[in-house]
Amino acid sequence: MSNVILQLNNLTKKFGNLTAVSKLSLTINKGKVYGLLGPNGSGKSTTLGMVLSVVNPTSGTFKWYEGNLTSHQALKKIGAIIERPNFYPYMSALQNLKLICKIKQCSFDKIEEQLKLVNLWDRRNSKFSTFSLGMKQRLAIAAALVNKPDLLILDEPTNGLDPEGIHQIRKLILTIARQGTTILLASHLLDEVEKVCSDLIVLKNGVKYYEGTLDGLTKSQGYFEIAAINEELLISHLKEHSSLGKISKENQFYRATLTKELSTADFSAELQKAGILVTHFSKKQPSLESQFLFLTQTKENAATKN
Amino acid sequence: MRLLKIELFKLWHNRISKILIFGYFLLIFSIAILSTIKIEFGPINFYLAEQGIFNFPYIWHFNTFMIALLKVFFAIIIVAMIGNEYSNKTLKQNLIDGLSKAEFLRSKIYAILAFVFTSTLLVFIISLILGGIYSDYDELPIIFTDLEYLVAYAVKLFGFFTFCLFLSILIKKSAFALGFLALWQVIEGIIFGLMKWKLSDLIPQVSVENLFQFFPLNALGNLIKEPFSRLSAVQNIADKIGEGFTKDYSVSFLNIVIVLIWSGLFIYGSYLLLKKRDL
Repeated sequence: MSNVILQLNNLTKKFGNLTAVSKLSLTINKGKVYGLLGPNGSGKSTTLGMVLSVVNPTSGTFKWYEGNLTSHQALKKIGAIIERPNFYPYMSALQNLKLICKIKQCSFDKIEEQLKLVNLWDRRNSKFSTFSLGMKQRLAIAAALVNKPDLLILDEPTNGLDPEGIHQIRKLILTIARQGTTILLASHLLDEVEKVCSDLIVLKNGVKYYEGTLDGLTKSQGYFEIAAINEELLISHLKEHSSLGKISKENQFYRATLTKELSTADFSAELQKAGILVTHFSKKQPSLESQFLFLTQTKENAATKN
Repeated sequence: MRLLKIELFKLWHNRISKILIFGYFLLIFSIAILSTIKIEFGPINFYLAEQGIFNFPYIWHFNTFMIALLKVFFAIIIVAMIGNEYSNKTLKQNLIDGLSKAEFLRSKIYAILAFVFTSTLLVFIISLILGGIYSDYDELPIIFTDLEYLVAYAVKLFGFFTFCLFLSILIKKSAFALGFLALWQVIEGIIFGLMKWKLSDLIPQVSVENLFQFFPLNALGNLIKEPFSRLSAVQNIADKIGEGFTKDYSVSFLNIVIVLIWSGLFIYGSYLLLKKRDL
Protein backbone atom coordinates (compact mmCIF):
# COMPACT_ATOMS: atom_id res chain seq x y z
CA MET A 1 0.00 0.00 0.00
CA SER A 2 1.16 3.46 -0.82
CA ASN A 3 2.26 5.88 1.87
CA VAL A 4 0.71 8.95 0.31
CA ILE A 5 -2.35 10.18 2.18
CA LEU A 6 -2.89 13.58 0.65
CA GLN A 7 -1.56 15.41 -2.37
CA LEU A 8 -2.15 19.03 -3.30
CA ASN A 9 -1.54 20.17 -6.83
CA ASN A 10 -1.39 23.91 -7.57
CA LEU A 11 -4.25 24.53 -5.20
CA THR A 12 -5.44 28.14 -5.34
CA LYS A 13 -8.15 30.07 -3.50
CA LYS A 14 -9.12 33.63 -4.24
CA PHE A 15 -11.54 35.72 -2.22
CA GLY A 16 -12.33 38.48 -4.68
CA ASN A 17 -9.04 40.23 -5.36
CA LEU A 18 -7.25 38.62 -2.45
CA THR A 19 -5.34 35.43 -3.16
CA ALA A 20 -5.48 33.47 0.08
CA VAL A 21 -3.65 30.42 -1.23
CA SER A 22 -1.51 30.53 -4.34
CA LYS A 23 -0.58 27.45 -6.40
CA LEU A 24 0.19 25.32 -3.40
CA SER A 25 1.58 21.83 -3.99
CA LEU A 26 2.25 19.45 -1.11
CA THR A 27 2.44 15.79 -0.27
CA ILE A 28 1.49 14.31 3.08
CA ASN A 29 2.97 10.88 3.74
CA LYS A 30 2.02 8.34 6.34
CA GLY A 31 3.90 8.19 9.64
CA LYS A 32 5.26 11.73 9.85
CA VAL A 33 4.38 14.73 11.95
CA TYR A 34 3.99 17.79 9.77
CA GLY A 35 4.01 21.36 10.88
CA LEU A 36 2.18 23.89 8.71
CA LEU A 37 3.75 27.11 9.80
CA GLY A 38 2.77 30.63 8.92
CA PRO A 39 1.64 33.90 10.47
CA ASN A 40 -2.03 34.73 10.88
CA GLY A 41 -3.72 35.14 7.53
CA SER A 42 -1.10 33.18 5.63
CA GLY A 43 -3.65 30.78 4.18
CA LYS A 44 -3.24 27.84 6.57
CA SER A 45 -6.89 27.55 7.50
CA THR A 46 -8.05 28.16 3.94
CA THR A 47 -5.78 25.36 2.73
CA LEU A 48 -7.14 22.99 5.36
CA GLY A 49 -10.68 24.16 4.60
CA MET A 50 -10.24 23.19 0.97
CA VAL A 51 -8.97 19.66 1.62
CA LEU A 52 -11.69 19.24 4.27
CA SER A 53 -14.32 20.15 1.62
CA VAL A 54 -15.75 23.19 3.41
CA VAL A 55 -14.06 25.73 1.10
CA ASN A 56 -14.31 25.43 -2.68
CA PRO A 57 -10.93 25.80 -4.45
CA THR A 58 -10.71 28.46 -7.17
CA SER A 59 -8.34 26.29 -9.19
CA GLY A 60 -5.99 23.36 -8.76
CA THR A 61 -6.73 19.94 -7.34
CA PHE A 62 -6.16 17.75 -4.33
CA LYS A 63 -6.28 13.98 -4.03
CA TRP A 64 -6.91 11.82 -1.01
CA TYR A 65 -5.24 8.40 -1.05
CA GLU A 66 -4.02 9.01 -4.61
CA GLY A 67 -7.56 9.51 -5.83
CA ASN A 68 -8.77 6.10 -4.68
CA LEU A 69 -11.40 7.61 -2.42
CA THR A 70 -13.77 10.53 -2.86
CA SER A 71 -13.25 13.43 -0.46
CA HIS A 72 -16.08 12.57 1.88
CA GLN A 73 -15.11 8.89 2.00
CA ALA A 74 -11.54 9.87 2.80
CA LEU A 75 -12.64 12.30 5.48
CA LYS A 76 -14.25 9.42 7.38
CA LYS A 77 -10.75 7.97 7.75
CA ILE A 78 -9.13 11.10 9.08
CA GLY A 79 -9.74 13.33 12.07
CA ALA A 80 -9.71 17.10 11.97
CA ILE A 81 -10.05 20.02 14.34
CA ILE A 82 -10.41 23.46 12.88
CA GLU A 83 -10.12 26.69 14.85
CA ARG A 84 -13.03 26.36 17.26
CA PRO A 85 -14.61 23.15 18.49
CA ASN A 86 -18.04 22.79 16.87
CA PHE A 87 -20.50 20.49 18.58
CA TYR A 88 -24.22 20.35 19.29
CA PRO A 89 -24.48 22.43 22.48
CA TYR A 90 -27.60 20.65 23.72
CA MET A 91 -26.07 17.18 23.52
CA SER A 92 -23.75 15.60 26.06
CA ALA A 93 -20.12 14.77 25.28
CA LEU A 94 -21.04 11.13 24.83
CA GLN A 95 -24.01 11.85 22.54
CA ASN A 96 -21.89 14.15 20.41
CA LEU A 97 -19.25 11.47 19.95
CA LYS A 98 -21.89 8.87 19.12
CA LEU A 99 -23.26 11.14 16.41
CA ILE A 100 -19.79 11.55 14.95
CA CYS A 101 -19.36 7.77 14.94
CA LYS A 102 -22.63 7.47 13.03
CA ILE A 103 -21.39 9.97 10.45
CA LYS A 104 -17.97 8.36 10.18
CA GLN A 105 -19.54 4.90 10.18
CA CYS A 106 -17.21 3.61 12.86
CA SER A 107 -18.08 1.61 15.97
CA PHE A 108 -18.62 3.14 19.41
CA ASP A 109 -15.73 1.02 20.81
CA LYS A 110 -13.13 3.73 21.05
CA ILE A 111 -15.32 6.42 22.60
CA GLU A 112 -14.53 5.42 26.19
CA GLU A 113 -10.80 5.12 25.53
CA GLN A 114 -10.61 8.54 23.85
CA LEU A 115 -12.71 10.30 26.49
CA LYS A 116 -10.39 8.87 29.14
CA LEU A 117 -7.34 9.96 27.15
CA VAL A 118 -8.52 13.58 27.15
CA ASN A 119 -9.71 13.34 30.75
CA LEU A 120 -13.39 13.88 30.07
CA TRP A 121 -14.82 10.46 30.88
CA ASP A 122 -16.19 11.73 34.21
CA ARG A 123 -17.97 14.54 32.40
CA ARG A 124 -19.31 12.37 29.56
CA ASN A 125 -22.94 13.05 30.42
CA SER A 126 -22.59 16.80 30.80
CA LYS A 127 -23.95 18.98 28.05
CA PHE A 128 -21.36 20.42 25.69
CA SER A 129 -22.62 23.94 26.42
CA THR A 130 -21.44 23.61 30.04
CA PHE A 131 -17.82 22.92 29.05
CA SER A 132 -14.93 25.38 29.35
CA LEU A 133 -12.95 26.22 26.22
CA GLY A 134 -10.13 23.90 27.27
CA MET A 135 -12.58 21.03 27.77
CA LYS A 136 -14.26 21.77 24.45
CA GLN A 137 -10.90 21.64 22.71
CA ARG A 138 -10.06 18.35 24.42
CA LEU A 139 -13.42 16.92 23.42
CA ALA A 140 -12.63 17.99 19.85
CA ILE A 141 -9.41 15.97 20.02
CA ALA A 142 -11.29 12.96 21.36
CA ALA A 143 -13.83 13.38 18.54
CA ALA A 144 -11.07 13.50 15.96
CA LEU A 145 -9.62 10.25 17.30
CA VAL A 146 -12.76 8.09 17.65
CA ASN A 147 -12.26 6.57 14.22
CA LYS A 148 -8.56 5.78 14.80
CA PRO A 149 -7.63 8.19 12.00
CA ASP A 150 -4.89 7.72 9.42
CA LEU A 151 -4.22 11.43 9.65
CA LEU A 152 -5.00 13.93 12.38
CA ILE A 153 -5.35 17.54 11.24
CA LEU A 154 -5.04 20.18 13.95
CA ASP A 155 -5.58 23.84 13.16
CA GLU A 156 -4.29 26.17 15.91
CA PRO A 157 -5.26 23.72 18.65
CA THR A 158 -3.99 25.90 21.49
CA ASN A 159 -5.49 29.15 20.25
CA GLY A 160 -7.27 31.05 23.02
CA LEU A 161 -6.41 28.60 25.79
CA ASP A 162 -4.86 29.48 29.15
CA PRO A 163 -1.30 28.26 29.90
CA GLU A 164 -2.55 25.14 31.64
CA GLY A 165 -4.85 24.30 28.74
CA ILE A 166 -2.02 24.87 26.27
CA HIS A 167 0.22 22.55 28.27
CA GLN A 168 -2.46 19.83 28.38
CA ILE A 169 -3.10 20.00 24.66
CA ARG A 170 0.61 19.92 23.78
CA LYS A 171 1.14 16.92 26.02
CA LEU A 172 -1.77 15.21 24.29
CA ILE A 173 -0.39 15.93 20.83
CA LEU A 174 2.98 14.49 21.82
CA THR A 175 1.29 11.37 23.21
CA ILE A 176 -0.69 10.90 20.02
CA ALA A 177 2.39 11.52 17.86
CA ARG A 178 4.33 8.86 19.78
CA GLN A 179 1.56 6.37 19.12
CA GLY A 180 2.46 6.68 15.46
CA THR A 181 -0.48 8.73 14.18
CA THR A 182 0.32 10.96 11.22
CA ILE A 183 -0.32 14.55 12.22
CA LEU A 184 -0.64 17.80 10.30
CA LEU A 185 -0.37 20.64 12.78
CA ALA A 186 -1.10 24.16 11.58
CA SER A 187 0.13 26.90 13.83
CA HIS A 188 1.65 30.35 13.96
CA LEU A 189 3.47 29.42 17.16
CA LEU A 190 7.01 28.42 16.25
CA ASP A 191 7.93 26.68 19.47
CA GLU A 192 4.76 24.61 19.29
CA VAL A 193 5.74 23.32 15.86
CA GLU A 194 9.40 22.92 16.83
CA LYS A 195 8.56 20.71 19.79
CA VAL A 196 6.36 18.25 17.94
CA CYS A 197 7.04 18.18 14.25
CA SER A 198 9.57 16.33 12.12
CA ASP A 199 8.60 17.93 8.84
CA LEU A 200 7.80 21.49 8.05
CA ILE A 201 5.84 23.46 5.51
CA VAL A 202 6.22 27.22 5.72
CA LEU A 203 3.46 29.36 4.29
CA LYS A 204 3.21 33.12 3.98
CA ASN A 205 0.63 35.12 2.02
CA GLY A 206 -0.59 31.87 0.56
CA VAL A 207 2.78 31.00 -0.96
CA LYS A 208 4.89 28.02 0.06
CA TYR A 209 8.32 29.12 1.30
CA TYR A 210 9.73 25.84 2.49
CA GLU A 211 8.86 22.16 2.46
CA GLY A 212 11.17 19.62 4.07
CA THR A 213 12.47 18.35 7.37
CA LEU A 214 12.75 20.57 10.41
CA ASP A 215 16.44 19.63 10.74
CA GLY A 216 17.05 20.56 7.14
CA LEU A 217 15.90 24.07 7.89
CA THR A 218 17.73 24.62 11.16
CA LYS A 219 20.89 22.51 11.10
CA SER A 220 22.45 23.17 7.72
CA GLN A 221 22.62 26.88 8.31
CA GLY A 222 24.44 27.22 11.60
CA TYR A 223 26.81 30.17 12.03
CA PHE A 224 29.86 31.31 14.00
CA GLU A 225 29.84 34.40 16.09
CA ILE A 226 33.36 35.82 16.31
CA ALA A 227 35.18 38.87 17.58
CA ALA A 228 38.94 39.40 17.37
CA ILE A 229 41.54 42.08 18.18
CA ASN A 230 42.97 42.21 14.65
CA GLU A 231 39.72 42.74 12.76
CA GLU A 232 41.06 43.18 9.22
CA LEU A 233 42.97 39.94 9.36
CA LEU A 234 39.86 38.19 10.64
CA ILE A 235 37.68 39.55 7.85
CA SER A 236 40.05 38.58 5.09
CA HIS A 237 40.43 35.12 6.59
CA LEU A 238 36.69 34.62 6.88
CA LYS A 239 36.09 35.84 3.32
CA GLU A 240 38.60 33.40 1.88
CA HIS A 241 37.37 30.43 3.90
CA SER A 242 35.83 27.70 1.73
CA SER A 243 33.25 26.58 4.31
CA LEU A 244 31.82 29.99 5.01
CA GLY A 245 29.28 32.00 3.12
CA LYS A 246 27.85 35.32 4.10
CA ILE A 247 29.83 37.50 6.51
CA SER A 248 28.02 40.22 8.39
CA LYS A 249 28.50 42.34 11.46
CA GLU A 250 25.91 42.16 14.18
CA ASN A 251 26.55 44.54 17.07
CA GLN A 252 30.17 44.01 18.08
CA PHE A 253 30.44 40.49 16.62
CA TYR A 254 31.02 39.15 13.15
CA ARG A 255 28.61 36.52 11.97
CA ALA A 256 29.89 33.95 9.50
CA THR A 257 27.24 31.68 8.03
CA LEU A 258 28.26 28.10 7.39
CA THR A 259 27.82 26.57 3.98
CA LYS A 260 29.55 23.31 4.88
CA GLU A 261 30.02 21.31 8.04
CA LEU A 262 32.90 22.75 10.10
CA SER A 263 33.63 21.82 13.69
CA THR A 264 34.39 24.40 16.37
CA ALA A 265 37.74 22.73 17.24
CA ASP A 266 39.01 22.72 13.64
CA PHE A 267 37.99 26.30 13.02
CA SER A 268 39.52 27.66 16.23
CA ALA A 269 42.79 25.84 15.44
CA GLU A 270 42.79 27.44 11.98
CA LEU A 271 42.29 30.90 13.40
CA GLN A 272 45.09 30.38 15.90
CA LYS A 273 47.42 29.27 13.10
CA ALA A 274 46.59 32.41 11.14
CA GLY A 275 47.59 34.47 14.16
CA ILE A 276 44.16 35.88 14.89
CA LEU A 277 43.56 36.68 18.53
CA VAL A 278 39.98 35.72 19.20
CA THR A 279 38.07 37.50 21.97
CA HIS A 280 34.67 35.94 21.35
CA PHE A 281 33.95 32.70 19.63
CA SER A 282 30.84 30.54 19.49
CA LYS A 283 28.99 28.30 17.09
CA LYS A 284 25.25 28.86 17.03
CA GLN A 285 22.22 27.06 15.68
CA PRO A 286 19.72 29.51 14.39
CA SER A 287 16.35 29.21 16.17
CA LEU A 288 13.39 28.24 14.06
CA GLU A 289 12.13 31.73 14.67
CA SER A 290 15.16 33.45 13.15
CA GLN A 291 15.20 30.91 10.33
CA PHE A 292 11.57 31.58 9.66
CA LEU A 293 12.13 35.32 9.50
CA PHE A 294 15.25 34.84 7.38
CA LEU A 295 13.41 32.59 4.99
CA THR A 296 10.39 34.80 4.52
CA GLN A 297 12.39 38.01 4.28
CA THR A 298 14.94 36.80 1.71
CA LYS A 299 12.14 35.43 -0.43
CA GLU A 300 10.29 38.67 -0.24
CA ASN A 301 13.40 40.68 -1.13
CA ALA A 302 13.98 38.43 -4.10
CA ALA A 303 10.40 38.93 -5.15
CA THR A 304 10.60 42.74 -4.95
CA LYS A 305 13.84 42.76 -6.93
CA ASN A 306 12.17 40.84 -9.70
CA MET B 1 -31.69 4.91 6.40
CA ARG B 2 -28.32 5.83 7.95
CA LEU B 3 -28.91 9.46 6.98
CA LEU B 4 -32.40 9.46 8.47
CA LYS B 5 -31.03 7.97 11.70
CA ILE B 6 -28.39 10.69 11.88
CA GLU B 7 -31.01 13.41 11.50
CA LEU B 8 -33.40 11.85 14.00
CA PHE B 9 -30.53 11.47 16.48
CA LYS B 10 -29.90 15.21 16.20
CA LEU B 11 -33.59 16.04 16.71
CA TRP B 12 -34.19 13.47 19.42
CA HIS B 13 -31.48 14.81 21.71
CA ASN B 14 -32.69 18.38 21.41
CA ARG B 15 -35.28 18.95 24.11
CA ILE B 16 -36.99 21.84 22.35
CA SER B 17 -37.44 20.05 19.04
CA LYS B 18 -38.62 16.95 20.90
CA ILE B 19 -41.31 18.96 22.68
CA LEU B 20 -42.32 20.65 19.41
CA ILE B 21 -42.58 17.36 17.54
CA PHE B 22 -44.70 15.74 20.25
CA GLY B 23 -46.72 18.91 20.56
CA TYR B 24 -47.42 18.86 16.84
CA PHE B 25 -48.61 15.28 16.82
CA LEU B 26 -50.72 15.89 19.90
CA LEU B 27 -52.31 18.92 18.26
CA ILE B 28 -53.38 16.69 15.38
CA PHE B 29 -55.42 14.75 17.89
CA SER B 30 -56.98 17.97 19.08
CA ILE B 31 -59.31 17.92 16.10
CA ALA B 32 -61.19 15.30 18.05
CA ILE B 33 -61.96 18.00 20.59
CA LEU B 34 -64.15 19.66 17.96
CA SER B 35 -66.46 16.71 18.26
CA THR B 36 -67.21 17.59 21.85
CA ILE B 37 -68.34 21.14 21.11
CA LYS B 38 -71.92 21.33 22.22
CA ILE B 39 -73.87 24.52 22.61
CA GLU B 40 -77.13 24.45 24.46
CA PHE B 41 -78.67 27.84 24.71
CA GLY B 42 -82.37 27.82 25.34
CA PRO B 43 -84.07 26.76 22.11
CA ILE B 44 -80.81 26.60 20.18
CA ASN B 45 -79.26 23.23 20.46
CA PHE B 46 -76.01 23.03 18.54
CA TYR B 47 -73.87 19.94 18.49
CA LEU B 48 -70.97 20.39 16.08
CA ALA B 49 -70.30 16.69 15.59
CA GLU B 50 -73.82 16.28 14.30
CA GLN B 51 -73.61 19.01 11.69
CA GLY B 52 -72.12 16.55 9.27
CA ILE B 53 -68.48 17.56 9.50
CA PHE B 54 -67.52 14.03 10.38
CA ASN B 55 -69.54 12.37 7.64
CA PHE B 56 -67.67 10.18 5.19
CA PRO B 57 -66.40 11.14 2.69
CA TYR B 58 -66.60 14.84 3.64
CA ILE B 59 -64.48 14.18 6.71
CA TRP B 60 -61.41 13.59 4.50
CA HIS B 61 -61.77 17.08 3.11
CA PHE B 62 -62.55 18.71 6.43
CA ASN B 63 -59.84 17.05 8.50
CA THR B 64 -57.03 17.44 5.96
CA PHE B 65 -57.88 21.11 5.59
CA MET B 66 -58.06 21.80 9.31
CA ILE B 67 -55.01 19.78 10.30
CA ALA B 68 -52.94 21.25 7.46
CA LEU B 69 -53.25 24.59 9.25
CA LEU B 70 -50.96 23.15 11.92
CA LYS B 71 -48.12 22.84 9.42
CA VAL B 72 -46.85 26.30 10.36
CA PHE B 73 -46.04 24.87 13.75
CA PHE B 74 -43.88 22.21 12.21
CA ALA B 75 -42.19 24.70 9.91
CA ILE B 76 -40.54 26.13 13.02
CA ILE B 77 -38.84 22.79 13.66
CA ILE B 78 -37.56 22.57 10.11
CA VAL B 79 -36.26 26.11 10.02
CA ALA B 80 -34.63 25.61 13.43
CA MET B 81 -32.99 22.34 12.46
CA ILE B 82 -31.21 24.07 9.58
CA GLY B 83 -30.59 27.37 11.35
CA ASN B 84 -28.93 25.59 14.28
CA GLU B 85 -26.55 23.75 11.98
CA TYR B 86 -25.36 27.12 10.72
CA SER B 87 -25.23 28.94 14.05
CA ASN B 88 -23.45 26.08 15.86
CA LYS B 89 -21.21 25.58 12.83
CA THR B 90 -22.04 21.91 13.05
CA LEU B 91 -22.74 21.83 9.31
CA LYS B 92 -19.05 22.59 8.86
CA GLN B 93 -18.13 19.88 11.36
CA ASN B 94 -20.46 17.35 9.71
CA LEU B 95 -18.72 17.93 6.39
CA ILE B 96 -15.28 17.60 7.98
CA ASP B 97 -16.39 14.37 9.61
CA GLY B 98 -17.14 12.95 6.20
CA LEU B 99 -20.77 13.72 5.40
CA SER B 100 -21.02 15.02 1.83
CA LYS B 101 -23.11 18.09 1.10
CA ALA B 102 -25.60 15.98 -0.83
CA GLU B 103 -25.85 13.54 2.09
CA PHE B 104 -26.45 16.42 4.50
CA LEU B 105 -29.32 17.68 2.38
CA ARG B 106 -30.71 14.18 1.92
CA SER B 107 -30.73 13.56 5.68
CA LYS B 108 -32.90 16.66 6.07
CA ILE B 109 -35.24 15.66 3.25
CA TYR B 110 -35.62 12.13 4.62
CA ALA B 111 -36.58 13.62 7.98
CA ILE B 112 -39.16 15.82 6.24
CA LEU B 113 -40.55 12.81 4.37
CA ALA B 114 -40.73 10.82 7.59
CA PHE B 115 -42.74 13.58 9.26
CA VAL B 116 -45.03 14.03 6.27
CA PHE B 117 -45.68 10.30 6.26
CA THR B 118 -46.32 10.10 10.02
CA SER B 119 -48.56 13.14 9.89
CA THR B 120 -50.58 11.79 6.94
CA LEU B 121 -50.93 8.42 8.66
CA LEU B 122 -52.20 10.10 11.82
CA VAL B 123 -54.77 12.12 9.88
CA PHE B 124 -55.94 8.94 8.21
CA ILE B 125 -56.32 7.09 11.51
CA ILE B 126 -58.03 9.96 13.34
CA SER B 127 -60.45 10.53 10.49
CA LEU B 128 -61.31 6.84 10.41
CA ILE B 129 -62.00 6.83 14.15
CA LEU B 130 -63.98 10.08 14.21
CA GLY B 131 -65.89 9.08 11.10
CA GLY B 132 -66.55 5.68 12.59
CA ILE B 133 -68.11 7.30 15.64
CA TYR B 134 -70.05 10.18 14.10
CA SER B 135 -70.61 9.48 10.41
CA ASP B 136 -74.13 8.93 9.18
CA TYR B 137 -72.78 6.66 6.45
CA ASP B 138 -70.57 3.72 7.14
CA GLU B 139 -70.55 1.68 3.93
CA LEU B 140 -66.97 0.81 2.87
CA PRO B 141 -67.17 2.30 -0.66
CA ILE B 142 -68.33 5.61 0.81
CA ILE B 143 -65.66 5.56 3.51
CA PHE B 144 -62.92 5.15 0.98
CA THR B 145 -64.01 7.72 -1.58
CA ASP B 146 -62.24 11.06 -1.83
CA LEU B 147 -59.02 9.67 -0.39
CA GLU B 148 -57.19 11.96 -2.83
CA TYR B 149 -57.48 14.58 -0.09
CA LEU B 150 -54.86 12.61 1.85
CA VAL B 151 -52.55 12.69 -1.18
CA ALA B 152 -53.12 16.42 -1.46
CA TYR B 153 -52.42 16.75 2.26
CA ALA B 154 -49.07 14.93 1.97
CA VAL B 155 -48.06 16.96 -1.10
CA LYS B 156 -49.11 20.18 0.61
CA LEU B 157 -46.96 19.45 3.65
CA PHE B 158 -44.00 18.33 1.57
CA GLY B 159 -44.20 21.41 -0.63
CA PHE B 160 -44.43 23.74 2.33
CA PHE B 161 -41.58 22.07 4.22
CA THR B 162 -39.23 22.07 1.22
CA PHE B 163 -39.99 25.79 0.85
CA CYS B 164 -38.99 26.24 4.52
CA LEU B 165 -35.85 24.15 3.92
CA PHE B 166 -34.82 26.32 0.99
CA LEU B 167 -35.48 29.57 2.85
CA SER B 168 -33.53 28.50 5.91
CA ILE B 169 -30.53 27.40 3.83
CA LEU B 170 -30.73 30.66 1.88
CA ILE B 171 -31.01 32.89 4.94
CA LYS B 172 -29.17 30.72 7.54
CA LYS B 173 -30.84 32.40 10.51
CA SER B 174 -34.01 30.71 11.79
CA ALA B 175 -35.84 33.84 12.89
CA PHE B 176 -35.18 35.67 9.63
CA ALA B 177 -36.21 32.66 7.58
CA LEU B 178 -39.57 32.50 9.37
CA GLY B 179 -39.96 36.23 8.94
CA PHE B 180 -39.25 35.93 5.25
CA LEU B 181 -41.84 33.18 4.96
CA ALA B 182 -44.48 35.50 6.37
CA LEU B 183 -43.22 38.32 4.16
CA TRP B 184 -43.43 36.10 1.09
CA GLN B 185 -47.11 35.49 1.78
CA VAL B 186 -47.63 39.26 1.70
CA ILE B 187 -45.46 39.65 -1.42
CA GLU B 188 -47.53 37.07 -3.28
CA GLY B 189 -50.67 38.95 -2.29
CA ILE B 190 -49.23 42.24 -3.55
CA ILE B 191 -48.10 40.69 -6.83
CA PHE B 192 -51.57 39.22 -7.27
CA GLY B 193 -53.13 42.60 -6.64
CA LEU B 194 -50.77 44.36 -9.05
CA MET B 195 -51.34 41.72 -11.70
CA LYS B 196 -55.07 42.07 -11.39
CA TRP B 197 -54.83 45.82 -11.58
CA LYS B 198 -52.34 46.22 -14.45
CA LEU B 199 -51.98 42.99 -16.32
CA SER B 200 -55.65 42.48 -16.99
CA ASP B 201 -55.69 45.84 -18.76
CA LEU B 202 -52.58 45.11 -20.81
CA ILE B 203 -53.30 41.56 -21.89
CA PRO B 204 -56.98 40.90 -21.25
CA GLN B 205 -56.87 37.47 -22.86
CA VAL B 206 -54.73 36.11 -19.99
CA SER B 207 -56.61 35.25 -16.85
CA VAL B 208 -54.76 36.52 -13.79
CA GLU B 209 -56.11 33.66 -11.69
CA ASN B 210 -54.67 31.18 -14.16
CA LEU B 211 -51.23 32.75 -13.88
CA PHE B 212 -51.42 33.15 -10.15
CA GLN B 213 -51.99 29.48 -9.50
CA PHE B 214 -48.34 28.95 -10.36
CA PHE B 215 -47.08 30.94 -7.37
CA PRO B 216 -45.71 28.62 -4.68
CA LEU B 217 -47.78 29.56 -1.64
CA ASN B 218 -50.93 30.06 -3.68
CA ALA B 219 -50.42 26.66 -5.30
CA LEU B 220 -50.10 25.15 -1.82
CA GLY B 221 -53.26 26.90 -0.68
CA ASN B 222 -55.20 25.69 -3.72
CA LEU B 223 -54.40 22.05 -3.05
CA ILE B 224 -57.17 21.67 -0.50
CA LYS B 225 -59.93 24.26 -0.91
CA GLU B 226 -61.82 25.55 2.08
CA PRO B 227 -64.42 23.01 3.10
CA PHE B 228 -66.86 25.20 5.02
CA SER B 229 -69.10 26.34 2.18
CA ARG B 230 -69.47 22.70 1.20
CA LEU B 231 -71.18 21.77 4.46
CA SER B 232 -74.77 20.87 3.81
CA ALA B 233 -75.89 23.16 6.63
CA VAL B 234 -74.15 26.11 5.06
CA GLN B 235 -75.39 25.23 1.59
CA ASN B 236 -78.94 24.99 2.87
CA ILE B 237 -78.73 28.50 4.21
CA ALA B 238 -77.19 29.76 0.99
CA ASP B 239 -79.99 28.15 -1.01
CA LYS B 240 -82.60 29.72 1.24
CA ILE B 241 -81.33 33.23 0.78
CA GLY B 242 -81.09 32.59 -2.93
CA GLU B 243 -77.32 32.59 -3.20
CA GLY B 244 -76.86 28.97 -4.16
CA PHE B 245 -73.44 28.36 -5.65
CA THR B 246 -71.50 25.56 -7.12
CA LYS B 247 -67.78 25.32 -6.59
CA ASP B 248 -65.25 22.72 -7.60
CA TYR B 249 -63.82 21.32 -4.37
CA SER B 250 -61.91 18.46 -5.88
CA VAL B 251 -58.15 18.08 -5.81
CA SER B 252 -56.71 19.20 -9.12
CA PHE B 253 -53.99 17.10 -10.69
CA LEU B 254 -52.36 20.18 -12.25
CA ASN B 255 -52.10 21.68 -8.80
CA ILE B 256 -50.27 18.67 -7.41
CA VAL B 257 -47.84 18.79 -10.34
CA ILE B 258 -47.20 22.50 -9.79
CA VAL B 259 -46.42 21.96 -6.11
CA LEU B 260 -44.16 18.98 -6.81
CA ILE B 261 -42.23 21.00 -9.40
CA TRP B 262 -41.77 23.78 -6.84
CA SER B 263 -40.53 21.21 -4.31
CA GLY B 264 -38.03 19.94 -6.84
CA LEU B 265 -36.82 23.47 -7.52
CA PHE B 266 -36.50 24.23 -3.81
CA ILE B 267 -34.45 21.08 -3.19
CA TYR B 268 -32.23 21.70 -6.19
CA GLY B 269 -31.80 25.34 -5.18
CA SER B 270 -30.86 24.26 -1.65
CA TYR B 271 -28.25 21.91 -3.07
CA LEU B 272 -26.75 24.60 -5.30
CA LEU B 273 -26.55 27.01 -2.36
CA LEU B 274 -24.82 24.41 -0.20
CA LYS B 275 -22.42 23.48 -2.95
CA LYS B 276 -21.45 26.98 -3.97
CA ARG B 277 -20.94 28.51 -0.56
CA ASP B 278 -17.74 28.43 1.46
CA LEU B 279 -18.27 27.76 5.13
